[in-house]
Amino acid sequence: MQKVIETLLIGLSTGSIYALMSLALVLVWRSTRVVNFAQAGQAMLSTYIGFEIASRSEIFWLGLVFAIAAGALVGAGVDYFFMRVLFKHATSGPAAVVAPVIATLGLLGLIRSIVGLTWGGEFKSIEAPASTDGFSVGDGTIPFSNLDVLIIATVSIILIALAYIFQRTNLGLALRASAYAPEIAQLAGIRTARTRTIGWSIAGAVGGVAGMLVTSNNFLSPYSLDLLLVFGFIAAVIGGLESMVGSVIGALVLGIGLTFILNYVGTSLVFIGGFSVLILVLLIKPDGIMAKGKARRA
Amino acid sequence: MSGLVVNRLSVSHGAIEALRAVSFSVEVGQLAAIIGSNGAGKTTLLRALSGLNTQTSGSAQWNEREILGARPDALVRRGISHVSEGKSVIAELSVKENLILGGIWRNKKSDTSAAIAEVVELFPVLGQRMNQSADSLSGGERQMLAIGRALVSRPKLLLLDEPSLGLAPLVIEQIFATIDQLRRKLGLTVVLVEQNAMSALEIADIGIIINLGEVVASGKANELIDDPALRAAYLGY
Amino acid sequence: MRKKIAIFVLIGWVLLIIGDRVDELRVYQGAQMAMYTIALASIVLLTGYSGQVSLGNGAMMAVGGYGAALTLNNLGTPIWFAFLMAIVTASLFGALLGAAAARVSGPYLAGTTLALAVGLPAIANQFAFLGGEPGLLFDVGFPPERFGDEFTQYKWFFWIACFIALIAIFVTSNILSSRFGRTWRAIRGNSLAAELCGVHSARMKVLAFTVSSGLAGLAGAVLAMTISLVAPGAYGLALSFALVTGAVLAGISSLPGVVLGAFILVVIPEISVALADRLGDADKLNNYLPGLIVSVLLILSVIFTPNGPGENLRKHRHKKPAH
Repeated sequence: MQKVIETLLIGLSTGSIYALMSLALVLVWRSTRVVNFAQAGQAMLSTYIGFEIASRSEIFWLGLVFAIAAGALVGAGVDYFFMRVLFKHATSGPAAVVAPVIATLGLLGLIRSIVGLTWGGEFKSIEAPASTDGFSVGDGTIPFSNLDVLIIATVSIILIALAYIFQRTNLGLALRASAYAPEIAQLAGIRTARTRTIGWSIAGAVGGVAGMLVTSNNFLSPYSLDLLLVFGFIAAVIGGLESMVGSVIGALVLGIGLTFILNYVGTSLVFIGGFSVLILVLLIKPDGIMAKGKARRA
Repeated sequence: MSGLVVNRLSVSHGAIEALRAVSFSVEVGQLAAIIGSNGAGKTTLLRALSGLNTQTSGSAQWNEREILGARPDALVRRGISHVSEGKSVIAELSVKENLILGGIWRNKKSDTSAAIAEVVELFPVLGQRMNQSADSLSGGERQMLAIGRALVSRPKLLLLDEPSLGLAPLVIEQIFATIDQLRRKLGLTVVLVEQNAMSALEIADIGIIINLGEVVASGKANELIDDPALRAAYLGY
Repeated sequence: MRKKIAIFVLIGWVLLIIGDRVDELRVYQGAQMAMYTIALASIVLLTGYSGQVSLGNGAMMAVGGYGAALTLNNLGTPIWFAFLMAIVTASLFGALLGAAAARVSGPYLAGTTLALAVGLPAIANQFAFLGGEPGLLFDVGFPPERFGDEFTQYKWFFWIACFIALIAIFVTSNILSSRFGRTWRAIRGNSLAAELCGVHSARMKVLAFTVSSGLAGLAGAVLAMTISLVAPGAYGLALSFALVTGAVLAGISSLPGVVLGAFILVVIPEISVALADRLGDADKLNNYLPGLIVSVLLILSVIFTPNGPGENLRKHRHKKPAH
């Protein structure tokens, strides 16, 4: 019983980080109809910047603030200098449909090589902001630590802040309206291009937090966030790609599920487990768990 | 001249010219009905006037300032609101959110709240449904919401694209009556695009008949109705 | 048809002569080029024709490589059968994956294949019979003795690779100009319209992914041959990225273009090594410069010549007389 509970708790901590990544993917998908595979690269760059600040100041939270700022800037920059240009050029021919996806792939490679050339390939680690020693329960300790509590708390705060922005503010309404019906939003006086850039920047900031939190428990390298991207994508697919709430639920389910595999079956099957979930969802419920029987758009 | 002055407006869709050298003018406070069959270029015309179509030439002025080349959001700030074809509401949002959307460009939220209150007074049915999703409204109610959303931005010039589309005859009558009341009450200038020629001309001051991208006739609405040649050729009865 | 066969035979003959005239490194690179040609053809078929994106064709190549190596090592079959099994394994795998991901439209195939490419090392390390990190040997054997002592191992690889590539491209070009190729293009242009004409677009998409996977698997076996090994490291994300780049540079829907794409992919590492030597700090540069060049090329080409350099030339020509 104790093992079940600790697995649940750790799964919650893992899943909450996936939630940030899948939210970032969903935010961009809704506004731009592109799954932004460069999100891993943007998050990595932000995390490296956060790592520099955190290791110099020895304050994790200062690093996190810088990672958020860097993530927001990079996200906005990618949309403004890159996606806009791309959509202007690649409008016809066989490549029009696939160009954006391929472009995000190129961007992922570009950021990865820039990071590699700047920081090198060796593993870095960020001093965790809280103890990673597990809590003691009875005679033994469980692997759930102060750091996990902190991760869950940080993610919760961010999710609440996002929910507030999207449900209660004009900016949130503009973001939602532009995603659902760009033309009507434009006719209502919303500057949809600018709104989209803001959406990208929020996604970038959220991705930066995900990178910092994952790294606080692990190491950082030019490849270390690829798996986070994959699990974020799987979580987003579970949630149906369109729904922000769905993507968070999907991420928590995935995080808990994978932790159960980790604790009861073995490390080795974690990826295969995640991949099988992806295939199963696509086969059985391709519209995600939040679908109400509506046909998939796009 | 103040009001809407369109001079030799042409719009192309890639290689195809959807509208050729269209000219007409609408005085402030008038209702102009743009009549024509499917594919005549009516929607193209409205989309050019609200900034959605950008491949344009010629000129279109609203109160002596050029419209063409401006972005839709800038035109909304200048008092031009466009209710696009097919009940342009966002089904995923609530009725209230759809209305707020109409004033989202303002810095002062209180202005929008006041405008929403006025709209609810005009369309009481919306007031009862404020927190429901727009998806749950009937066709006629959605059209009211779409017009209401445009009114929240307190427009001077209202562009309406086929408000009768897909509605039951009884509801159509009601919508046209509402449009007529509204523009008198609020002093709106209205450009109304319709296939439903008769009903539109009945509430219009002037009518413009478009066929295959060109203006084939224009004049006072009642004269157009009485012209037997036009009736046979374009008005279809 | 006869003319086409004659052209392919002629190309093969020219390749034979070239193979005799250049040094060992170039022969090796020639074999690589043949391998890339097959791999890029698989992307042209999938992306250029059926309009789907796979970001993990490198992973499909791995499936083919492992399929061939397992066949050869465990069953002791002739080489040609191992290559055939590479196609079979990869197509089967592709059909399964495609049934899940290619069926639903949108970015699902891209994401799923990317996930596969990222997770491939983990999967390969998982099963003992795949040899883990060091992988499996894949030895096609020495060249036949009748070719004489002068005939090197790499030249033998080159011959086999070119022979396979010629057949693969010939078959692919016939598929693309057949009913299937036309149907794929129709789906890519407008899948709704194609559906209305009675095309079962989901099934056709899965078929495209299956055929493309088979081709990729074949390329994977050729790659395994040139390095005598099937190991997860050889089929990483970088390979998948390189393939997409090569295909875009070649003109995503142009089959003849794949030769150019393959040439660029072989040349890039060469250039980056030369650059790294000149700039110093060779370690970092060696590791990341090829990636940098590939990504920059990919981004520039996707922005400026998304449909391949050929299209820009054609547009240019069309524009001149018009104005």
